Amino acid sequence: MMLEINNLHARVEDKEILRGVNLSVKAGEVHAIMGENGSGKSTLAGVLAGRDAYEVTQGEVLFDGKGLLELDPEERAREGIFLAFQYPVEIPGVSNTYFLKAAVNAVRQHRGLPEYDAREFLKLVKEKTKLLHISDELLKRPVNEGFSGGEKKRNEIFQMAVLDPRLAILDETDSGLDIDALKAVADGVNALRSKDRAIIVITHYQRLLNYIVPDQVHVLMRGRIVKSGGKELALELEEKGYKWLEETAA
Amino acid sequence: MTEVMERQNTYLADFERMERELAASGTPAVHRLRKAAAARFAELGFPGPRDEEWRFTPVAPLTRTPFEAVSAEQASKSCSLRIPPLPNGVIVCGLSEAIKKHASLAEPHLARHADWNKHPFIALNTAFLRDGIFVYVPRGAVLEEPIFLDFSANRDGEGFVWHPRCLVILGENSQVTLVEQYGGLSGSTYFTNAVTEIVASAGAHVDHYKLQREGDRAFHLAVMQVQLGRDAKFSSHAITQGGQWVRNEINAVFEGEGGECTLNGLYQARGEQLVDNHTFIDHAYPHCASHELYKGILDGKARGVFNGKIYVRQDAQKTDAKQTNQTLLLSDDATINTKPQLEIYADDVKCTHGATVGQLDAESIFYLRSRGIGQAEARSLLTYAFANDIISRIKVESVREELERSLLETHHLPAVDSGKEDV
Repeated sequence: MMLEINNLHARVEDKEILRGVNLSVKAGEVHAIMGENGSGKSTLAGVLAGRDAYEVTQGEVLFDGKGLLELDPEERAREGIFLAFQYPVEIPGVSNTYFLKAAVNAVRQHRGLPEYDAREFLKLVKEKTKLLHISDELLKRPVNEGFSGGEKKRNEIFQMAVLDPRLAILDETDSGLDIDALKAVADGVNALRSKDRAIIVITHYQRLLNYIVPDQVHVLMRGRIVKSGGKELALELEEKGYKWLEETAA
Repeated sequence: MTEVMERQNTYLADFERMERELAASGTPAVHRLRKAAAARFAELGFPGPRDEEWRFTPVAPLTRTPFEAVSAEQASKSCSLRIPPLPNGVIVCGLSEAIKKHASLAEPHLARHADWNKHPFIALNTAFLRDGIFVYVPRGAVLEEPIFLDFSANRDGEGFVWHPRCLVILGENSQVTLVEQYGGLSGSTYFTNAVTEIVASAGAHVDHYKLQREGDRAFHLAVMQVQLGRDAKFSSHAITQGGQWVRNEINAVFEGEGGECTLNGLYQARGEQLVDNHTFIDHAYPHCASHELYKGILDGKARGVFNGKIYVRQDAQKTDAKQTNQTLLLSDDATINTKPQLEIYADDVKCTHGATVGQLDAESIFYLRSRGIGQAEARSLLTYAFANDIISRIKVESVREELERSLLETHHLPAVDSGKEDV
């Protein structure tokens, strides 16, 4: 098992948001976590990536059998966890390329690999831009500065491609995207599906799952996974909304 | 008070002692100007603690230190020029030479714009007027490459003051890029009291860069006065790194419609450095635009002052003015006093200002860490990014790249890949 979440409880200040999440994800699988606003979706993503606003009060998270919660965010990233942000941060003054090279080399150093020089890095970047149909121009620009919503999300997926994580968590990557941008992002994600990589797609709407077809769908409600099923569960939610699951959550 | 008077008297005594030497440089008219300015300096005295414009920048450390004026020979060794190929009619030379050879061009503007009647340090500079650089670009002439004006106080020893002065005159529709650099020896206590006057006629474009890398014990005071004719365009990038006591003033005046003024600044200070940036933009005519972005990084016990005044006169309708000051405080002991001042007397204008003071953004740090970049490197990278936001606006490639390189080195970050391969 690549990822095992056991009875995870987490809070922000005094508010308990995750109230006993259990989830297992194998390499090669795509899991969708669906839920309404406030159900705890982004908190779960944040806890997995190591956002320090959250305090874990109970439970454990194992990544390849090792405790994840003890690690700093950068250590998690170097171990192969990637979070695509719901609101990617703008960093004026640093080009996308410079930023990514620093990230890639930090990961390589951690893995005992030699740092990439300019030529090797360029080769890697070219390969990924081609795969994801990303323009070179986007790379020269400061990180996310002045990017449209779609460009920001595509840039997240591009970073994912370059960093080559084992577990990618996409936090509401579909939010604020029109249908063309959504398709472009989904195509990128699909191009990165592989038997060695697991992907967790967090979303409010079923729409994204038309394009990134999950192996399993989980419904998060009031801090717990209240129902799990195959991809057809997403369609059921689209049809019925979340209300019919209220009883299970209570 | 008596002590301050005494210090003021040492400058005046210096003036008397050097008067003959000064008089030998330039025309009688110029020397009358010096004498008038010296007399005015005697009347004005140094700014006191109750002077609002100097509230957070005490001059005591400056006035307490006795300084002796440098000789003409010493000064001339400290001014140098790097001149690109010049189109016909363009003049770039030492100020003394200009006063002699090009009096008819220089004198109508020399000391006519930077107001020595009101400002004691401009008066002092004017009293000792001799050293500096003159640039004249006739109507329609366009310089593709920048002119580098280098003021390096590389004189051994302690306790000297010098008063470099630039006069830049641009004819209609002419274009020039100027890079003013100030430097000096570390550990040496000296005082640079500079004045630059720039007169841009209608349609002229001036890009001005100031790189201030004085020695760590230096006092540096520089006033830049800019007159902008109709449709003239002026941009300034002021990079402040050196000096223990620094005051930069920029005064820009629109003298016709359609002018555009961009003032960008970056100040980096640590230890016990004091860096004061005062800017004043006088929207005296309608349909002019000004954009101002000053960013500072203060560490240690450094103190920063930002005072940005935008004055929109009653007739200056359709003024578009934007001012931003952002300061990053890297230590608990660093301080900034920031004061935007908008005085608006016209009713159909768009004026905004904003000031932020703070630490590095926590979400940005997390973003970088979530990509595998360690916390210390993330902080360095974000601090670099904050400063590079100004540096990346510099259009002179050699200057931009050098500043970027030294900034990366300061923050122990890898160099940017150079060459065409870089994407």
